[in-house]
Amino acid sequence: MKQVLLVLSLASGLAAAASPQELGAAYAAEAARQAPGFQPSARRGAEFYARRFAVSEKMPACSACHSESPLQPGRHAVTGKAIKPLAPRAEAARFSDPAKVEKWFRRNCTEVVGRECSAAEKADFILFASAAL
Amino acid sequence: MSACPPPPFPRKGVTMVQPRRMRLPVIGLLLALVLPLPARADRLPLPADAPPSFKAECGSCHLAFPPQLLTAPDWRRVMAGLDRHYGDNASLDEKTRREIEAFLVRHAATRSRLAGAGDPPRLTQTEWFRREHRKVPDALWRDARVSSAANCGACHGRAEAGSFRGRELALPELRKRKHD
Repeated sequence: MKQVLLVLSLASGLAAAASPQELGAAYAAEAARQAPGFQPSARRGAEFYARRFAVSEKMPACSACHSESPLQPGRHAVTGKAIKPLAPRAEAARFSDPAKVEKWFRRNCTEVVGRECSAAEKADFILFASAAL
Repeated sequence: MSACPPPPFPRKGVTMVQPRRMRLPVIGLLLALVLPLPARADRLPLPADAPPSFKAECGSCHLAFPPQLLTAPDWRRVMAGLDRHYGDNASLDEKTRREIEAFLVRHAATRSRLAGAGDPPRLTQTEWFRREHRKVPDALWRDARVSSAANCGACHGRAEAGSFRGRELALPELRKRKHD
């Protein structure tokens, strides 16, 4: 029930507070509806994070701005502005606001990957960032 | 120094001779006298009526630039082209876009030195900005720590707090240099 509510709040863009685990579970549930049996994978998330999509010249990969590790602070590839680490372990507010998470997946996936990311990719990504040691 | 024309904004006054044991009420009185003075070039605090969306939306990829640094027509131009925002798609929903634009326009610059920012408008292109930074060597703009002239925080350590004072310059080589 909780997951259904989270998915609803994601869909309607409401900014309900959530934990990375809840958010990841909501994306995983959505992915499982599209592909039954889906299980999120931190390893796939890590591959995605490191992959060079090369769609954008200045932002060829997630790591172009977010550094090689989600535990490290990053730096905007164009403006140079400091970016806090992606891992909730290093930056507690990460993946706690569904509307914000959706906004940045939409913007950054469009920019870096060249399309919006799937629910499966988001679930993998959050698991990878949350599991980072 | 004496050959330079006066700076565009009042500068910090010549250090006053202070009584040795200045008491708090005296400091308070002096503050009360000083505070109503016009804003200075090195203090650009975020106006109190800034909607939360301003920092959230404009302050993620770059400093939430002080609205006082571009004119109203330039801010309108920026906010009319968010889908092509200096090479990035920074589109907002219309309600947020209007809210931020209204705030920027409310506090926009009116001085001619802050006009002429180009198209697309860049506050780093205004006469005022160039004058304020005329002593910054070219090499420093290209320094890896700076990346972009829009990266105020690279040199101005308290830029996020709206403070751009010379003594706060974060790069050691700038502190040696008289920078205004």
